[in-house]
Amino acid sequence: MARLRSKVKQPKEQFKRSVTRSVGGDIGIYIILAIFGVIMVLPLVYAIAQSLKPLDELWVFPPRFFVVNPTFKNFTDLFKLMGDSWVPFSRYIFNTAFISVVGTAGNVLFSAYAAYAIAKVPFPGRNFLFKIVVYSLMFNSTVTGITNFLTMSALGWVDTYFAVIVPAFCTTFGLYLMKQFMETSVTDAVLESARLDGASENKIFWKIAMPMVKPAWITLIIFAFKDLWNSGANMYIYSEQLKTFNYAISQLVTSGISRSGVSSAATVVMMIVPILVFVITQSNVIETMSASGMKD
Amino acid sequence: MANSTTAEHAVIRRDISKFKWTMMQMKQHKVAYLMIAPFFILFFIFTVVPVLLSIILSFTTFNMLEWPTLVYADNYIRLFLDDEIFLIAVKNTLMFAIITGPASYLLSLFFAWFINELRPKIRAVVTLLFYAPSISGNVYLIWTIIFSSDQYGYANALLMKFNIIQKPILWFQDEKYIFTLVVLVALWTSLGTSFLTFIAGFQVVDKSLYEAGAVDGVKNRWQELWFITLPTMRPQMMLGAILAITQSFGFGAVITALVGFPSPNYCVHTIMHHLEDYGNQRFEMGYASAIATILFFMMIGSNLLVTKILRKVGS
Repeated sequence: MARLRSKVKQPKEQFKRSVTRSVGGDIGIYIILAIFGVIMVLPLVYAIAQSLKPLDELWVFPPRFFVVNPTFKNFTDLFKLMGDSWVPFSRYIFNTAFISVVGTAGNVLFSAYAAYAIAKVPFPGRNFLFKIVVYSLMFNSTVTGITNFLTMSALGWVDTYFAVIVPAFCTTFGLYLMKQFMETSVTDAVLESARLDGASENKIFWKIAMPMVKPAWITLIIFAFKDLWNSGANMYIYSEQLKTFNYAISQLVTSGISRSGVSSAATVVMMIVPILVFVITQSNVIETMSASGMKD
Repeated sequence: MANSTTAEHAVIRRDISKFKWTMMQMKQHKVAYLMIAPFFILFFIFTVVPVLLSIILSFTTFNMLEWPTLVYADNYIRLFLDDEIFLIAVKNTLMFAIITGPASYLLSLFFAWFINELRPKIRAVVTLLFYAPSISGNVYLIWTIIFSSDQYGYANALLMKFNIIQKPILWFQDEKYIFTLVVLVALWTSLGTSFLTFIAGFQVVDKSLYEAGAVDGVKNRWQELWFITLPTMRPQMMLGAILAITQSFGFGAVITALVGFPSPNYCVHTIMHHLEDYGNQRFEMGYASAIATILFFMMIGSNLLVTKILRKVGS
């Protein structure tokens, strides 16, 4: 673990100019990154600028990119508008928060248990199971949508939280990441000595393995949270009062140019949360991904 | 639960049959099955069984009211011989995947490489800039405002200001522009998990390899990338490829959000749209299952093909 840390969080030694680095190349890289960095960020900046524009600036011709007299009116309008809607705005927020928190918690717990067993307990069948997991990374949920709809109807879960939350418990990428990271950073010697001391696998999992793979479950929390937070219209949910914040906002955004200020405000609200979460946890994510490679 | 030593195992292993040995191992590690049970029960219900079930259903007609009736390959025959829109969808899906898959993969790889050349503090900021569009939910809808079809759309206003065009272009309604625009927006949102994988991959390459390489005559950063970094990073490159390919088949929702459904003259109609049309609107579940099955084999097939090629490249 300590060894891995030191590999990831590097000392500065790399930035002594080495023979393989030309000044021209450095400048070229800076220019390319600057150009594409601007292309990546401009739409986000534009969304923020739009959200801060007063009405007269939204409709000025030719349109200005930046805002001159910033105002929070679009944001207050957004909350007023959503407060007036048939389903109270707070309900959408509650739905999204509830789905995100419960779904993420279950996902991390289930994946971590399974990943620990596959990575560190030599039970028969583990290679086979992991192979299926890798294959399942090769297609997306579009393929399973139709039959899952049948399953949900059979279970009576259509139009309940279950239909959204329970499938989120078993995301294969989460299990994959956890297993790869456990394999590299939980040392067998520690586990063996704990086993010889008579500790149960469950206890070893909680007391030894989980603290060692903290970056992995933090990363998993982010990925799971991001997916659930961004989940919009769900084909299993009909009732308006069960729909998500993202769905409500999409309705606003697509309701036309007349509300472009309010819809930009909504977009900003929506994007700020996952970005902030990533900023706080970035180093954990990178550390986890470094162990994620697929070894044939 | 204490494990016996390997020497003991070897003796026991020789004495009993393979079946008995496996049973014994299963008994010894039975707690492991409890640990994987919650995940894998759900995984089988919501991922494995659906795939198998949709393959079975694809040979039937099924409207969710009556019991499915077996029609053998009729659904497939109808798809390929009688359904022109499906063929358009296959063509669009493949075009989309062939363009966005490799493009997104290469963009992720090269940007990650460039970012890795920066100092650590700047690196974190630039990583965020490139990664942000892919995690910001439906922020890509801002493109519908930028490319809005009236003169208040930023793109139109800019072009009109410089007299390149006289009247506003209907960006997301005109077949001439839709495909290109959708590809661009898709690429803009596509620097996601594979990009992060590469960022991390570059950081764990053992620095002493570079020093050794410089001694052995590696002259510039391209040679370093080709001879040292990429071979070391092969596991990350494999995972990145799988993520990029799977993603390249999954832009249906982005297309619907930008262009609407159905798209003008089906110009960006993909298999996913066709599937939704028959599955969620017409409830022809057998037919929809056939579409899902074809999509499944397209995704798995292209992933296996590409990973096979990548494996050869390194060796």
